[in-house]
Amino acid sequence: MNELFTLPVLLGVLYSGVRLATPYLYAALGEMFAQRSGVVNLGVDGIMLMGAFTAFFIVTNTGSLALGMLGAMLIGLLMGLLMSFVSVNLRAVQGISGIGLYLFGLGLSSLLFKRLLGSTKAIDGFQAIPIPFLSDLPYVGDVFFKHNALVYVAFALVPVAAFVLNRTTLGLKIRAAGMKPEAADSLGVSVAGVRYFCVCLGGVMAGVAGASLSIGLINLFQENMTSGLGFIAVALVYFGGWTPVGVMVGALLFSMVNAFQLWVQVKDILPSSYRDFVVMLPYVLTIVALVFGRRARQPTALSKPFSRGEN
Amino acid sequence: MPSASNDGAFSQSMFDALKAVQASMGGEAGMKLAVSEGMVQVPNAAAAIRDYAQQGYDLVIAHGTQYGNSLQEIAKDFPNIAFAWGTATDTFADKGIKNVFAYNPRAQEGGYALGVLAAKLSKSGIIGVCGPVEAGDAKTYVDGFKKGVTDTKKDAKVNVVYTGSFSDVSLMAAAAETHSKAGADVLTGSSQAVVGAIGVAKDKKAIWLGTQALQTALAPDTVGASQVYDFSGVVKEMLALSAKGTKGGTAFELSLKTGGLKIVYNDKLSIPADAKAAVDAAMKGIIDGTIKPLP
Repeated sequence: MNELFTLPVLLGVLYSGVRLATPYLYAALGEMFAQRSGVVNLGVDGIMLMGAFTAFFIVTNTGSLALGMLGAMLIGLLMGLLMSFVSVNLRAVQGISGIGLYLFGLGLSSLLFKRLLGSTKAIDGFQAIPIPFLSDLPYVGDVFFKHNALVYVAFALVPVAAFVLNRTTLGLKIRAAGMKPEAADSLGVSVAGVRYFCVCLGGVMAGVAGASLSIGLINLFQENMTSGLGFIAVALVYFGGWTPVGVMVGALLFSMVNAFQLWVQVKDILPSSYRDFVVMLPYVLTIVALVFGRRARQPTALSKPFSRGEN
Repeated sequence: MPSASNDGAFSQSMFDALKAVQASMGGEAGMKLAVSEGMVQVPNAAAAIRDYAQQGYDLVIAHGTQYGNSLQEIAKDFPNIAFAWGTATDTFADKGIKNVFAYNPRAQEGGYALGVLAAKLSKSGIIGVCGPVEAGDAKTYVDGFKKGVTDTKKDAKVNVVYTGSFSDVSLMAAAAETHSKAGADVLTGSSQAVVGAIGVAKDKKAIWLGTQALQTALAPDTVGASQVYDFSGVVKEMLALSAKGTKGGTAFELSLKTGGLKIVYNDKLSIPADAKAAVDAAMKGIIDGTIKPLP
């Protein structure tokens, strides 16, 4: 057991945790905006798959990572628009339509992959950019300052999201649309417009989350490569109490527990019969956190369609 | 099939074999082939198996250990249809079922040979294994691989991680990342999720050794060799038996001896001659029985 609690292992857990948290962070931050405006989008995983495929396809054919990212954002925007239309205009049950969007993304990304690429091959994705001076710091330099640009941007978005949500007029409108849409409407706020914006923003972020896998961390595409990661991201929004910092803490905690269980196995400190328990750790943690997590900031109009005069 | 036919692993190995058999029988005119991919949910796979049987296909293959219970139920209802189940060794003959073939790759054999290769190629003496679930051919491959390494280099360290998932690409990538941080310079792994680990191996300039399907194309500068499951011989044999009226009852094994398992090198990577010679010697020992690939 002593072998596990050593500095190299601790640093390894932190490094892997930061990397693993990146796609969760993009997807969960975007979903947080959607939920704060009152819309639950369970289609995040499907959007991630489409983002992952689009980015990978573009980079494979053009070699341009920037174009790949743009493509992923665009496809995320389009799928966000679709979700917005269904949930805001058609007032569909959001849980069901989100699952529909997920299945649509899962199927379409697989179909396009088969038709347009046929097979996969590793590409040169985003490379690590050591941050001058900071990356030379002992211990923390390796852990926090030797990642690729997508990792840095994901964490930089946390304070930006907190600022927008808590310190701007737009943030106030978003919170109002999620908490008291009828009151927001009476003050001239377009609830539909705010919800469209937030769900589309969530779509763009989910697209980037997918791209962060296929051209940032793994640099390959495979059908259903997210493997339910988008659903964990939705859970992280609840876990994080609908706040950007809470979402980040949740993403890091989940990822670090995952990284920890990998190190437990690498160091071979538990008998193999206990291995399954170790693998379960991150998911047990998620359930515990969801059960005991705070509900104080849960938008009261979450998943409730709004229509002027009816609410 | 539990995953896509182009997964670079388990499903692709069967799909490639079926296409090869189809080509040898004169193409689509000689053999009609229908495939249901991505059957992660067993009830969906069971529905597909029943559907193919109702349509009267000569041979219905349930390519996944997890489909066994469903197949056992369905096969009883279609005694004139031949079914195949793998990876498995049970044809359900003891339950009175006569129309199920089983097939099982002795993954430990190629695992042992690749373990020998890993021991020869590793400079750090640390080798990482990325496994999905500790069961089936993934487990036998990993066990054989570990024995191959330690029989060749006593002081080599083999670190094994099971992610608990056949499909979590992201976690498999994290597993490879962890191995790399722990000093591994040669990596291997099993399941369709290994594309994640291969991407990391490429990034870290490690050598990857593949199994199930030929994985060279996934990362031509990284994959050193692959153990390839060649199911074509087994499929041909099952079709021939079925045509003669024998619809099941035989458990086939793919091995180095029968040619159902092959070690295919990546010509782009220069593998030292002494390493290849050691692999050849190990394969010979496995075939003649002087080497036991499992502990």
